[in-house]
Amino acid sequence: MKKIIISLALSLVTMPFILAGGYNVGDKAADFKLPNIDGKYVSLSDYPDAKGFIVVFTCNGCPYARAYQDRIIALDKKYKSRGYPVIAINPNDTGLKPEDNLEAMKERAKEKGYTFPYLKDEKYDVFKEYGATRTPHIFVLTKRGSDLVVSYIGTVDDNYQDPAAVKEPYLANALNALLADREPDPSFTKAIGCTIKQQ
Amino acid sequence: MLSFDDLEPHLHFSNDTTYLVNFWASWCTPCVSELPAFESIREEYRDEKLKVLLVSLDFPGQVDTRLMPFLEKNGIHSEVLVLNDPDANRWIDRVDPGWTGSIPATLIYNRDGRLFHEGEYSYEELKQIVEQKLK
Repeated sequence: MKKIIISLALSLVTMPFILAGGYNVGDKAADFKLPNIDGKYVSLSDYPDAKGFIVVFTCNGCPYARAYQDRIIALDKKYKSRGYPVIAINPNDTGLKPEDNLEAMKERAKEKGYTFPYLKDEKYDVFKEYGATRTPHIFVLTKRGSDLVVSYIGTVDDNYQDPAAVKEPYLANALNALLADREPDPSFTKAIGCTIKQQ
Repeated sequence: MLSFDDLEPHLHFSNDTTYLVNFWASWCTPCVSELPAFESIREEYRDEKLKVLLVSLDFPGQVDTRLMPFLEKNGIHSEVLVLNDPDANRWIDRVDPGWTGSIPATLIYNRDGRLFHEGEYSYEELKQIVEQKLK
């Protein structure tokens, strides 16, 4: 009994730190319900036929996010029909970054011809739960029974400057692996990005 | 403009100087807002063994059109190195394994130890760390 109490106490102590760290590859991901630019709310459970999702934390102003917009659209077009649609989420605090409010998001989506939902993390809690720290920051989720499992975390590819110079399309490789029932390798990559802006 | 391999030695000098290495870009709002703190520290400790190094991640096409005018306009006198190495997955962990990749980020080191911080520093925080490092 003592042991149980001690381990419970320990888990209570360590839990907030684990939560603050966000998801690792292999973790179960939580669904969310966030407002889309069309005013409707979107959840992952709205996609019963999807095999998984490409969740992209992104924004309007960050030059890295902008550099990848066209590539994200191309990935959505290619992988939506294979069961992995893009779900974009804007996590920036609109108090600090008015250019990331729903109205501005609507304009950007129209200007670029977004083919996917562009959601506002209105309570600024989804990006924290996922552990996104920068834009763009990508989490690929795969359905395993009734669970959503985090299968890849990281960046799109190895060259934000020039799509033609890409040698390692990390995200596409991960998706192709998942579609072939293999584990992505690498399943975790890093990139420079803009800090997610929060008060 | 440097590749990461060119930059890396600047993160590992083992002389008697303390280095403040700040990763930033002129388009990055929080980076720009903490720059005056780095400039003040550089000025204040100019006679000490302290070196401020600003590693710019400005895009190569904007170095002449944006970064240089920015440095001029804001009177930035710290040494600026431009890092142009797009496959950041290859080198982020070599700066610090704890870095997730967002900027600003700062490495403060001397031969006695290293301290890495992702996010902004205030002048007071920097001063406190520098005072400790220079002891």
